[in-house]
Amino acid sequence: MGTTYHPSTFEDVQAAVRECARLVLRGGGTKPALCTPSGDAEILDLSGLCGVVEYDPGEYTFTALAGTRVATVQTLLAAHGQYLPFDPPMAAQGATLGGTVAAGLSGPGRYHYGGVRDFILGVRFVDGNGQVVRGGGKVVKNSAGFDLPKLMAGSLGQFGALVELTFKVFPQAAAFTTVQQRCPTVEAAVEALYRVYTARLDIDSLDLVPGADGSANVWVRLGGLPAALPARAGHIRALLGGGDVLDGADESPMWNDAREFGWVSPGWSLVKVPITPRRITELEAALASIQAMGRYSGGGNVAWIATSAPVQAFDRLLSSLELPGLVILGPPGLARIGARTGQAFERRVKAVFDPAGRLPSF
Amino acid sequence: MNVDALTDALTGLYPAERLLRQPGELAPYESDALTAFRVRPVAVVIPETQSEVIATVRLCHQHEVPFVARGSGTSLSGGSLPVKDGIVIALNRLNRIVKLDPRERIAVVEPGVINLDISKAAAPYDLHYAPDPSSQQICTIGGNVAFNSGGAHCLKYGMTSNHILGIKAVLPDGEVVQLGGESTEGVGPDLVGLFVGSEGLFGIALEVTVRLLPRPQQYHTLLAAYQTLEAAGEAVTHVVASGLLPGALEIMDRLAIQAAEAAVHPNYPNGAEAVLIVELEGEPEQVAEETKRLEQVIAASGAYDVRVAQDAADRQRIWKGRKSAFSAVGRLSPDYIVQDGVVPRSRLGEALAEIRRLGEHYGIRVANVFHAGDGNLHPLILYDGREAGALERAEKLAGEILQLCIRFGGSITGEHGVAMEKRDYLPHMYSQIDMDVMWQLRCSMDPGQIANRGKMFPSSMHSCGMPPALHFTGPHPLERAGVISRE
Repeated sequence: MGTTYHPSTFEDVQAAVRECARLVLRGGGTKPALCTPSGDAEILDLSGLCGVVEYDPGEYTFTALAGTRVATVQTLLAAHGQYLPFDPPMAAQGATLGGTVAAGLSGPGRYHYGGVRDFILGVRFVDGNGQVVRGGGKVVKNSAGFDLPKLMAGSLGQFGALVELTFKVFPQAAAFTTVQQRCPTVEAAVEALYRVYTARLDIDSLDLVPGADGSANVWVRLGGLPAALPARAGHIRALLGGGDVLDGADESPMWNDAREFGWVSPGWSLVKVPITPRRITELEAALASIQAMGRYSGGGNVAWIATSAPVQAFDRLLSSLELPGLVILGPPGLARIGARTGQAFERRVKAVFDPAGRLPSF
Repeated sequence: MNVDALTDALTGLYPAERLLRQPGELAPYESDALTAFRVRPVAVVIPETQSEVIATVRLCHQHEVPFVARGSGTSLSGGSLPVKDGIVIALNRLNRIVKLDPRERIAVVEPGVINLDISKAAAPYDLHYAPDPSSQQICTIGGNVAFNSGGAHCLKYGMTSNHILGIKAVLPDGEVVQLGGESTEGVGPDLVGLFVGSEGLFGIALEVTVRLLPRPQQYHTLLAAYQTLEAAGEAVTHVVASGLLPGALEIMDRLAIQAAEAAVHPNYPNGAEAVLIVELEGEPEQVAEETKRLEQVIAASGAYDVRVAQDAADRQRIWKGRKSAFSAVGRLSPDYIVQDGVVPRSRLGEALAEIRRLGEHYGIRVANVFHAGDGNLHPLILYDGREAGALERAEKLAGEILQLCIRFGGSITGEHGVAMEKRDYLPHMYSQIDMDVMWQLRCSMDPGQIANRGKMFPSSMHSCGMPPALHFTGPHPLERAGVISRE
């Protein structure tokens, strides 16, 4: 077992990167498949590099050190009626801003305004040469220089250890309501999802949750001013051909459970699979061949698959469907599975930021 | 570099009418919307297929000849300015909408497709492509991708980058890559995000997958007139603090209003020092509730005249005044420079006061039109190019405004890009290390620097490897060398 570094300054991070031949980066440790060393790698634990550096609610932006817990920021933002629109997952379990960006994860609320890549404005990171590099800026709009902040979303620490991040935030909806409709089959649920997906409506979250009996639920969440919500929920019910309307304490736990992955059986792997609504039925059918449970979030643009099957087997399944996957929960060693695109481009980027291969490779 | 060998090879690839070499044919390609710069390329090729583009790039790589990709040439930062001894690849005919899937809400388009044409094609399905730069009637998606174009709705909907899901591109050495896909989610680093806004330095997008959004059902467009520019700026602060998230928050000052009135007669209130346009949009019930809140905020903001668009034609009239402001300023002055620096929203008032002071100091009129919601300024610096030294004075003022944006913690460009115009200012925003890293990225994609050579990076950063120390004063070195000229 290698050393674990606990940096509390940028300089500490630089020193660790320069000292080590191979590093694994860890924030809150909520995604073990991505932050557990295999072999002789040493751990760079960035959770001590925390604190909000700048926050002016009037600017809709804040800057924080990358090891800051998402939950800490959420509390601060909520006190000013604001929130992180990409709805970061696993916040209650201790996920950090840096880990969330590096893993490229967003929650169900990403449906409305976009994912983590859409809300990251600025970044500082220590690259594989031990340099502190800054990209982007601290204002909500900026197109000067290459967009390194976006590149870091989903980068898995391959190009650098994130040390400071600037995000755009939005005003939080005053109230929420959820319409839940049960459909007899997944096919019927996908059709219902499409009706909402293409309607001229402002939807906060749109998920499809298959049941054990072949049925599936469609969850539609609306956010906004309370006086308008009942009528708006009525439009959703009309599209879905009915459905239960849930408010307040009846609806927030189901979304919490979705973004915290509370529905995943202990010991199972959890894999993120980017997809489009068109392929939900096909993926569901393929899952029948292994022990697995899927949920479809972001309007059917991401599948979260929990499985007890070996990751290698699931890798083969995804490859056969030409779908990519990212293992979040599960054993280390095989995180990016299934189909891949853009390797030639990615390799060139890696060669610039980490020529010696000190940082993780996925 | 072997230009003659390249042009010979191009003769084999293109029929004569799509390989332009005569001075008269080349003239329209000599500059873009940054008209102060002008360079004549060796040739212009007009590919009609993706494979022609790939073959052309491979030939350029083989013969080490630089190329500049060009759409409609609307760049305000000189993004498609040709390179002397290089060629222009004009992409307007690569303009097929390859696929439009209304259920999946995506479109796959070639780079020469005009921005607004995507929304037109999607309109029958009640969908649209959200980014709406003022030039959307002519600018192409390829240029939008290269420069991460913005528009009036960026605060809520983001810029071009936030609407691009996938890109098939040919890198400058001829390798073809597929980045991203059709989903809004991905696995691995956001390579699409890196490609968008790379100003053509990473090659040419051949096919772009965009996401389409449902068209808002209802708009509530309000125009408020103020006796001071500061009061309009204050109103923006209050709108933002109220928890509303309008689709657009735009301000025009007196000079910009005068220009718009002269050009398109939007009938803005008389005597206004500034007008604020606020647009709410979405489901009728929600808009109705938000309207109540907005009315309270505006009523308390000191507006002396408030107008609400009563119908679609009314709304169009309000927007026409705003969207035509740039071209309308042409009625006030023969020449002007458009800037697009960004300042933190809370410092808008200060920034505008400083711009006014600078304008008075230089004796130059500055009209202001801006995306107030995201602090993105558009000072229009008016000058007469026939007057000796006028352009130099205007550029000096422009430079001071960029420095001001950096000093206030903002950016030198919100949506127009760095390209030629601001390349010597980029190192003021970033450290030497940041600049070096970006330069190395550029070189890793394009070791010979043949793609859009000379853009984004300061003139001092020439060959690959570690760049020399930066210096940014005096005339443009290419200009000094007689390579480029201005009119």
